[in-house]
Amino acid sequence: MRGLVLGGVMAARGFAALLITLVGLLLVTFVVGRVMPIDPVVAAVGDKASAETYAKAREALGLDQPVWIQFGRYIGGVARGDLGQSSLSNRPVSEDIARVFPATVELSTLGILVGIILGVPLGVFAAHRRNRWPDQIIRSVSLLGYSTPVFWLGLIGLLIFYAQLGWSGGPGRIDTAYRYSVEEWSGLMLVDTLYSGDWDAFRSALSHIALPALLLGYFSLAYIARMTRGFMIEELSKEYVTTARLKGASEADVLWRHALPNVLVPVITVIALAYAQLLEGTVLTETVFAWPGLGLYITNSLFSADMPAVLGGTLVVGVCFVLLNKISEILYPILDPRTRSR
Amino acid sequence: MKPMRLMLAASALALTMSAVSVEAKSPPNVLVVAKNIDDIVSLDPGQAYEFTSGEIVANIYDRLVEYDPLNIDKIAPGLAESWTVSEDGRTFTFKLRQGAKFASGNPVRPEDVVFSLRRVVTLNKAPAFILTQFGWKPDNVEQMIKKASDTEVTLTIPETFAPSFVLNALAARPGSIVDEKEATKNAKDNDLGNAWLSRNSAGSGPFKLRVWRPGEAVVLDANKDAVKGAPKMNQVVLSHVAEPSTQRLMIESGDADIARNLGPDQIAAVKDKPGIKVETYPQAALHFFSLNLKHDKLKNPAIWEATKYLIDYDGIANTLLKGQMKVHQTFWPEGFPGAVNENPYKLDVAKAKDILAKANVPSGLTIDVDMISSPPFTDIGQSIQATMGQAGIKVNLIPGTSAQVITKYRARQHEGMLLYWAPDFMDPHSNAKAFAYNVDNADTAPQSTTTWRNSWLIPELSARTKAALVERDPTKRLDMYRDLQREVLKQSPWSMTFQAQAQVALRDEVKGFIHGPTNDLVVYRNVTKN
Repeated sequence: MRGLVLGGVMAARGFAALLITLVGLLLVTFVVGRVMPIDPVVAAVGDKASAETYAKAREALGLDQPVWIQFGRYIGGVARGDLGQSSLSNRPVSEDIARVFPATVELSTLGILVGIILGVPLGVFAAHRRNRWPDQIIRSVSLLGYSTPVFWLGLIGLLIFYAQLGWSGGPGRIDTAYRYSVEEWSGLMLVDTLYSGDWDAFRSALSHIALPALLLGYFSLAYIARMTRGFMIEELSKEYVTTARLKGASEADVLWRHALPNVLVPVITVIALAYAQLLEGTVLTETVFAWPGLGLYITNSLFSADMPAVLGGTLVVGVCFVLLNKISEILYPILDPRTRSR
Repeated sequence: MKPMRLMLAASALALTMSAVSVEAKSPPNVLVVAKNIDDIVSLDPGQAYEFTSGEIVANIYDRLVEYDPLNIDKIAPGLAESWTVSEDGRTFTFKLRQGAKFASGNPVRPEDVVFSLRRVVTLNKAPAFILTQFGWKPDNVEQMIKKASDTEVTLTIPETFAPSFVLNALAARPGSIVDEKEATKNAKDNDLGNAWLSRNSAGSGPFKLRVWRPGEAVVLDANKDAVKGAPKMNQVVLSHVAEPSTQRLMIESGDADIARNLGPDQIAAVKDKPGIKVETYPQAALHFFSLNLKHDKLKNPAIWEATKYLIDYDGIANTLLKGQMKVHQTFWPEGFPGAVNENPYKLDVAKAKDILAKANVPSGLTIDVDMISSPPFTDIGQSIQATMGQAGIKVNLIPGTSAQVITKYRARQHEGMLLYWAPDFMDPHSNAKAFAYNVDNADTAPQSTTTWRNSWLIPELSARTKAALVERDPTKRLDMYRDLQREVLKQSPWSMTFQAQAQVALRDEVKGFIHGPTNDLVVYRNVTKN
C-alpha cells in the first residue's frame, strides 16, 4: 500500500515536472515570437491590405491584447486541447500537425533504425580494432557523416540515385500517380499503402522514403557509432574484461555479452537524443526531398511569425523529448540491473 | 556473431530500399508542375491574395470580364457575354452568358454574381480594396450591386471613374463568380462560406479543386462542364518543391512536366538538355531601389538622381540574373497598354560624382539598405553596394526574411530598400496609385504605396493621377499615364530597375501552357502532353 502511495506521489511529481517544462518551453517560444521584428498581421493579410482590414485581422489574431493575456489565453486553449488557428495555413494548428507530424515520424523512425542497426555494431567493432585500419575507416566515415552538410549530401544522393541511376523515387512521399488514391488511415504512407493492399503504391512510397531515410540514418549512424566506440573503449579497458579474456572467453563473447550490455545505458541515451533530434524535423532534408514534415512547418511558420503554429510545433517537439527521456529511464533498469532502485 | 549478422541484414535492407526502382514519369493525363506553393493562405477568391493562390483561383473561377492572356490589350467577355455603361459612367449592366454552369451543376445566375461581389466587400479580406475603391462598402453594396433581370446584373459606382478602370478591376481576382448555393450551404457563423471556400471550390472555370494540402500539393480536377470547354488534361498537380535544384532533377527525370522556380544556374543547366525546353515570359513585377525621405540625409534630390546613375542595370540583368529580369525603369511594365519603355539611366559613376559635387552633397554618405535575404535581391544588393561605393556612397546591406523586411518597410523604418512591386489588377492606376500618388504623408495615414512608404509627398503628381483615373477617353487616359511615368522616372527618390521575366522549364511534350504577365493569367486549360 505504502509502495502504491509512493508510486502515486512519484507519478504526480513527474507529471508536474512535465507540465512545468512544457509551459516554460511555450513561454520562452512565445516571448521569442513576440520580440521578433516580424509583424504577424502582415504575414496573415498581405502587404497591401487596407488599414481597416489590418486592424480587423489584428483583433482577430488577439494581438490587440497585452502579451500576458495573449499567453494566458493560449495556455487556456491548450489545456482544452485547442492549439489555435494557424494564420498561414488558415487551419487549426492541431490539424496541420496531424498532417505533418506523421511524415516526420515515418522518416525519423526509419532513419533511426538504420542508425541503430548499423551504428551500434560499427561502434563496437571500431572500439575492438582501436587505432587500426577498420577503426580509422569507421571514424572517417562517421566524421564525414557528422561534418558534411546534409543539404549537399541530399542533393548529391538525389542526383546519383534518382536522376542518374533511377534506383530511388524522387522528392515527395509517393509518385503522383498514387497521390491521394490511397486512403489516409494513419498518415504514415508506408502503413497506409500496406493497409490498403496497394502494393504498387507501397513500392512507390518505399522508393521515395529510402533515400532520405538512409541519409538521416547515415547521420544518426555517425553519431551513434562514434559515441558507442567511446563508451566501448572505456569499458574494454576494465579489469573484468581482461579477466574474461584470461578465462578464455571468445572475443565475440567479450564484446557482445560482457562489455556491450554494460554500456547500453549511455548508448540508449545517445539513441534517444538522436531520435528526438530527427523528430524535431530536419529542415534541410525536408527541403531537399520536398518532404512535408514538422521541421519545415515550424520554420516556415516562424519566418511568418505564425505563432500558434510555432507554439504547437514546439509543444509536440517538447513532448517528444520528454517522452523519449521517460522511455530511456524505463529502459535503464531493464538493460542494466545495477540501475534498479532498491 | 548475431549483431554482425544483424548489421549485414540491415545493410541488405538499406540496399533493397534504395533499389526499389520506380519509373520516373508523370502519368499521361496528369500535368505535374513543380513549384514552391507555400505562399498559399486561402483559395477563397474573396481572400486569396498570394501569387500561387491567384493562379489557382484563376483556373477555378470565371469572372464577368476577363483578359485574353495572349492579348492583354483588350478586355474580353467572361461569364458576361456583353455589357453596357450608362451615360454618366456610373452604371454598368452585364448580360450573362446563357447555359453557363458551375462545376456543381448549378446554373450561373445573376444571384451568384450579386452574392459573389457583395461577399468580397462584406468579408473585407486582403483583396477587397480592389472593389471597395469604387466606393462600395458593406452598408451600400445592396444598393450598388443588384440583379436587373433573370439574365442581367447592374453594378453602380458612387463616383465616376474611367469605365476601363472599372472593367480592369472587375477582371481581377475578387471579381471571381462563386456558386452561391454551394457557398451558402457550407457557410458557418455567417462567414459567407469563407472557411469552406478556403480549401474547397465552387466555380465554373476549367478546373475544380480536389485537394489542397499546405506545403505538399494542390490537385485540380478537370471540370468537364467548363464554360469555355473542358480542359485537355484530367488533372493538374502543383507539387510543392521549394528547392530549385530539386525541381531541376524532377524535370530532368520526367517526374515533373513543368518546373516553375528554377534559378539562373538551373536554367543554364537544363536549357540544352534533350527533352526539355525553356520559355521566358515577361512578368508584371517590377524591382526598385528606394530611399526613405524620412531621413534628412536622404532628402537632397541630387542624391536621388545620382543613385540612378550608380546601378549597373545591364551588368546585373545580363551577368548576374541571366535573363530572369530585364532592364525597365518606368512604373508600368512593358507589354501593358500605356507602358513607356524608356530606360535612360546607365551606370555612369563620373556623372553621379559630378551631380553630387555640384549639389554639395557631403562626402561619406552611408545608407542602410534592407533587402530579402535570397536571390535576386542579394545579387542586386551586392552589385549596387559595389557601384555606389565607387562614388563614395557606403551601402550597408541588411538582409532579412520577407516578412521581416516588409514589417520594417510598412513602419517606414528603413533608409534604403530593395524590393519589388506587382500590380493588383491590370490597369495603370494600380501602379500609378503606388508610384505617383501621395497627398498625406502623416504616420497616422499609412498607405501601402511606394510613395507613402518612402515619404515622398507629391500633391501635383497626385492630382494628375486622379485626373487620369476619371478620364473617359481611353487613348487620352493612356497618354496621361505615359506622362506620369516620365515625370516619376525623372523626379522620384527611387530607381526602378528591372522587370521580372519568368523562366520556365517544360518537357518537350508539354504544349499549350500559357504564362501571362501576372499569376492571374497562368492558364492550364489548353495544356496537352503528346
